[in-house]
Amino acid sequence: MNHFFTVAVLSATVASGIALGCPLLLAALGETVGQRSGVLNLGVDGIMLLSAFGAYFVALRTGNIALGVLVALGVGAVMGLITAFINVTVRAEQGISGIGIYIAALGLSGMLFERYVGTPLPITNTRGPFFAVDIPLLDRIPYVGTMFFKQNVLVYLAILLILALTFVLRHTTYGMKVQAAGENPAAADTVGLDVSRIRYSAVIFGCTMAGLAGAALLIVDGIFQENLTQGAGFIAVALVYFGGWRPGGVAIGALLYGLTGAVILTWKTLGIIPLSLSDLAATAPAVIVVLALLFLVGRYRQPTALSKPYLRGVS
Amino acid sequence: MSQHEASLPGKARLAGIAANGWKPLFLRWLTLPTAAVSALLIGAAIIAVMGANPLTGYHALLTGAFGGSYALTSTAVKAVPLLLVGIGICISFRANVLNIGGEGQIVMGGLAGAATALALPNLPKIVLIPLVLLAGCVGGGIWGAIPGIFKAYRNVNEVLSTIMLNLVAVQLMNYLLAGPMIDKSESFAVVGRIPQTRLLSPNSWLPIIVPGTQLHLGVVIAVLVAVAVYVLLRRTGVGFRIRSVGLSTDASRYAGMAVKRTTAMALTLSGAMCGMAGAMLVFGSISHRMVTDGTLSGFTGSDGYYGIVVALFGGLNPLWTILSAFLFGGLLVGGVSMGIALNVPYSSDLVTTIVGLVVCFVVALDAVRRRANLQSGPASLRQLLTRNWRAPADSGPRAAPVPAIQPAIEAAVPLPPPPVPELTPADPGEALP
Repeated sequence: MNHFFTVAVLSATVASGIALGCPLLLAALGETVGQRSGVLNLGVDGIMLLSAFGAYFVALRTGNIALGVLVALGVGAVMGLITAFINVTVRAEQGISGIGIYIAALGLSGMLFERYVGTPLPITNTRGPFFAVDIPLLDRIPYVGTMFFKQNVLVYLAILLILALTFVLRHTTYGMKVQAAGENPAAADTVGLDVSRIRYSAVIFGCTMAGLAGAALLIVDGIFQENLTQGAGFIAVALVYFGGWRPGGVAIGALLYGLTGAVILTWKTLGIIPLSLSDLAATAPAVIVVLALLFLVGRYRQPTALSKPYLRGVS
Repeated sequence: MSQHEASLPGKARLAGIAANGWKPLFLRWLTLPTAAVSALLIGAAIIAVMGANPLTGYHALLTGAFGGSYALTSTAVKAVPLLLVGIGICISFRANVLNIGGEGQIVMGGLAGAATALALPNLPKIVLIPLVLLAGCVGGGIWGAIPGIFKAYRNVNEVLSTIMLNLVAVQLMNYLLAGPMIDKSESFAVVGRIPQTRLLSPNSWLPIIVPGTQLHLGVVIAVLVAVAVYVLLRRTGVGFRIRSVGLSTDASRYAGMAVKRTTAMALTLSGAMCGMAGAMLVFGSISHRMVTDGTLSGFTGSDGYYGIVVALFGGLNPLWTILSAFLFGGLLVGGVSMGIALNVPYSSDLVTTIVGLVVCFVVALDAVRRRANLQSGPASLRQLLTRNWRAPADSGPRAAPVPAIQPAIEAAVPLPPPPVPELTPADPGEALP
């Protein structure tokens, strides 16, 4: 235990916790916007998988990670369009359509991988802004620099997004529209807002973020495999509930999840947790999130129209 | 039917009258087949794009699933866990509780069953087999009760908690099978032992009922459980409370029902069914061990998710879920044959994709059906989720006794009062006379 409480180990653990939480945070932030507009998307995990494969395939063929990330964004946006069509235009039952999209995308990503890649190869080009960017000067701050300012560019983006989304949701017209669509779509419709268009935009944004999260996960792992996400998308959805549908709360959840995972990993490496118990210890992040929910719920109310399709005249 | 329609707004009734002759028929009977066919067509397109012959593939799929006694029995065996999970989903969805935790509940049921068989290997068959299945129910039931109690008494969203408990269950399985429950007789100290139990007591194996095949007793048990749950939901007070709470928590509370207890119980029962599926997976397996490859789907075969599809395809009716489970079992079993025939490595992923597409189409077409506003037609998914099935002690005029198996739609919508003379019973599609 003494080895753990050294500054170097602690700051490295925090740094890796932030890195682990980053994909979850990106996906969860996107899902937050979608849910605030009233659409529950349980297909996040599938969209992450498909995007991660897209990014991997392009990165493998071209050696260009940035191009891969762009492709992931595109795949996410297309999946967002499909998701929005099923949930908003067709008005399907959202809890179930999301599972359908997840299963289909899980299968499709595995199939494309088997067909077009087959043997897993790591991405060879592991340099560039998607791997580590030292922020000049700030990275020299003792300890804090290691924790926060030697991350990849997606981490910085995610941190910016927390602030940006908080601002957008609270202080802009678009944010108000999204909330109106999620709280009282009939009223929004009455004052002339296009509920469908708002929800489409929110869902497509959310899925594009899921695509980015898939790319982030791929970059952390450096290699694609079947079911790469291992349920990370579902955790992201859970974190939205955990964070009370506010970007800040979601970020705390993602950080908590990432840090718990990182601490467990470090303890495993240091031998504080014996190998035989490592599987048991790996349950800690999930258990902590559930326990935290037990004591947090009731403080935040979910968007009133969440998972309820809107049809004019019927509600 | 007239009583049912009398409650409709006039506009909807006019819409029903104006509907074309074929349209209500289509919406009533062909929505699910259309969904399945659409998914298979897209699947065929995908196979073609991948550079294989879809006809060869689907022929192999059909033959592998339903061609001959070996194929049929394999399909039936594969359908057992699907059916049990599907029954569990019927219970929870009827109570308007979305149980996404089937995967974890299957694992906990398997673990509880295996632990029981390891602890009491010498009990006679007649005692041990029911005991391990019961243990499976208890294991899965506990894993369902936790989110159930959290939801009922602390308002924790069940989607969230069941997903989290899936993650906990897989790690618990990996820990137990690599530690306390590992097969200690193996001593490959160099490469490490396989994380699996020792060969479970033969007294706990589900007996084969057709010699020369894998068809085990679990098939019979699962069908009996389906009938039992059908009766439970439809004819008992417990079932009535579950459906009533699913319809409206407020109304149920005003009626004096213990809403919280009912919600918790629905998820517990749902978990118990999934747990029994887990026990079936262990004791009906060929190896008669519980093995983990470190992932959830490695043990469950994703049955916890597929079971949701099966239940929806069965209209959330346990009896139709039997047929639905058999069809999906065939899809999964036939998928393997398809992979061999096409000589491609991605056949299981292809089947996964098709199953996912089926879900998307079922749920989308259901919404279309709902919007067609045909109240005389089949109940839509939301209606299925939230209302219907009449009370066991209904004060109104009683319909003729319900036959054990009747068309899905009849079973899914509230029973109409006895046929009005001027209606021709043979023409269910006609909206109004």
